[in-house]
Amino acid sequence: MFRNQYDTDVTTWSPTGRLFQVEYAMEAVKQGSAAIGLRSRSHVVLACVNKAQSELSSHQRKIFKVDDHIGVAIAGLTADGRVLSRYMRSESINHSFSYESPLPVGRLVVRLADKAQVCTQRSWKRPYGVGLLVGGLDESGAHLYYNCPSGNYFEYQAFAIGSRSQAAKTYLERRFEGFKESSREDLIKDAILAIRETLQGETLKSSLCTVSVLGVGEPFHFLDQETIQNVIDTFEKVPEQDEEAGEGEAEVAAGAAPAEQGGSGDQDVAPMEM
Amino acid sequence: MVKQNANWSPYDNNGGTCVAIAGSDYCVIAADTRMSTGYSILSRDYSKIHKLADKAVLSSSGFQADVKALQKVLKSRHLIYQHQHNKQMSCPAMAQLLSNTLYFKRFFPYYAFNVLGGLDEEGKGCVFTYDAVGSYEKVGYSAQGSGSTLIMPFLDNQLKSPSPLLLPAQDSNTPLSEAEAVDLVKTVFASATERDIYTGDSLEIMVLKADGVKTELMALRKD
Repeated sequence: MFRNQYDTDVTTWSPTGRLFQVEYAMEAVKQGSAAIGLRSRSHVVLACVNKAQSELSSHQRKIFKVDDHIGVAIAGLTADGRVLSRYMRSESINHSFSYESPLPVGRLVVRLADKAQVCTQRSWKRPYGVGLLVGGLDESGAHLYYNCPSGNYFEYQAFAIGSRSQAAKTYLERRFEGFKESSREDLIKDAILAIRETLQGETLKSSLCTVSVLGVGEPFHFLDQETIQNVIDTFEKVPEQDEEAGEGEAEVAAGAAPAEQGGSGDQDVAPMEM
Repeated sequence: MVKQNANWSPYDNNGGTCVAIAGSDYCVIAADTRMSTGYSILSRDYSKIHKLADKAVLSSSGFQADVKALQKVLKSRHLIYQHQHNKQMSCPAMAQLLSNTLYFKRFFPYYAFNVLGGLDEEGKGCVFTYDAVGSYEKVGYSAQGSGSTLIMPFLDNQLKSPSPLLLPAQDSNTPLSEAEAVDLVKTVFASATERDIYTGDSLEIMVLKADGVKTELMALRKD
């Protein structure tokens, strides 16, 4: 996007009727690492790519539990996402306290959207720079919503946000019609496959993604690495070993430890590479 | 205009008795299930025991509307804690939270007489006993409610360590086995039921151990 004359603050309209600050905030969402959500009639799966600042640091948490029946995946300014997650948790707890029943997802996203809208109409505020994929289950079934920095929200069968999300969206567009009747296992598999699309060439490993599930009779929880790896193994053919063999440092490892590895997949070659 | 005293009280006493005994690796929490008002019975199977966390169980007698409100507040606070710390609250932590919550309403108290039982961080049983405004103490056993004056002296007789002056220092935890503790609780309630009109109908006993919680129901006199 090029520099515009009317983009200094959020309370200035452009002559063409645009609020550039809000649109710039939506750009911030595209810079974050990918997050994906899909739903069936009874389950919602949220998945994201684990991106770390550097090799030395741990990756940022992008999926948060809001309540047993609601989870949220974020992309963009994770600090804004954390703050909004805390708000969502608070709303959910207050609703449970007053009404002794779980907060319907639709109500939560409206409140979130209204909160975001406020920041588009105050000169001393800035829009939240984070997109939220809110997945939840209530009396009317499983839902997946996308909340924008603009204050808009939409309901989806499946959606992807963040960098390289277009690749995931293309994959989801091909498959989404079947999601409604999908089984829980197929839904998880589709989520991980969609994540793979965003990686574009990089080998898919369970350490690279975080997957969470919620559904009928199943409160929100994260899948552990082993479960994710098992799903990956069902569709990843035996990964190429010759890729590593050429490299210097791996040569020693490959030479010294072919016996230990016993010909199993290359998942544990050169752990430093992860 | 002469100053008139209130012709209405915000409080009521729904009666009942709660007892808890701490063991080396278990905790027994028990309460009768009679809910009354004045000389009438409102319910013969109302539970006064409420699980707040995996390792903390609250039993309260007094004004059950306040007890319910107190339980709701603690439940919400526990959820917030879990979101922030990614784990359940320990029993000692819950004990402090309960104390703070009660004192928060120092000038319009929760009319609740609480006994908190559970397992501490080391896995040993612990019991905390409270007054209505949050003063609390970690003890090996306690009784609260309408039958407490009948039960407490007997528990002292059976469980109290001889003297705090004795050396070597004796643990406040009772050396009873789980079965003995449950048996003692049953005995104690059966006796209290005889003389306290607000205690009876049936007895709910919850035993909390590291691997989970078991609940037992025993009949008491219904008169």
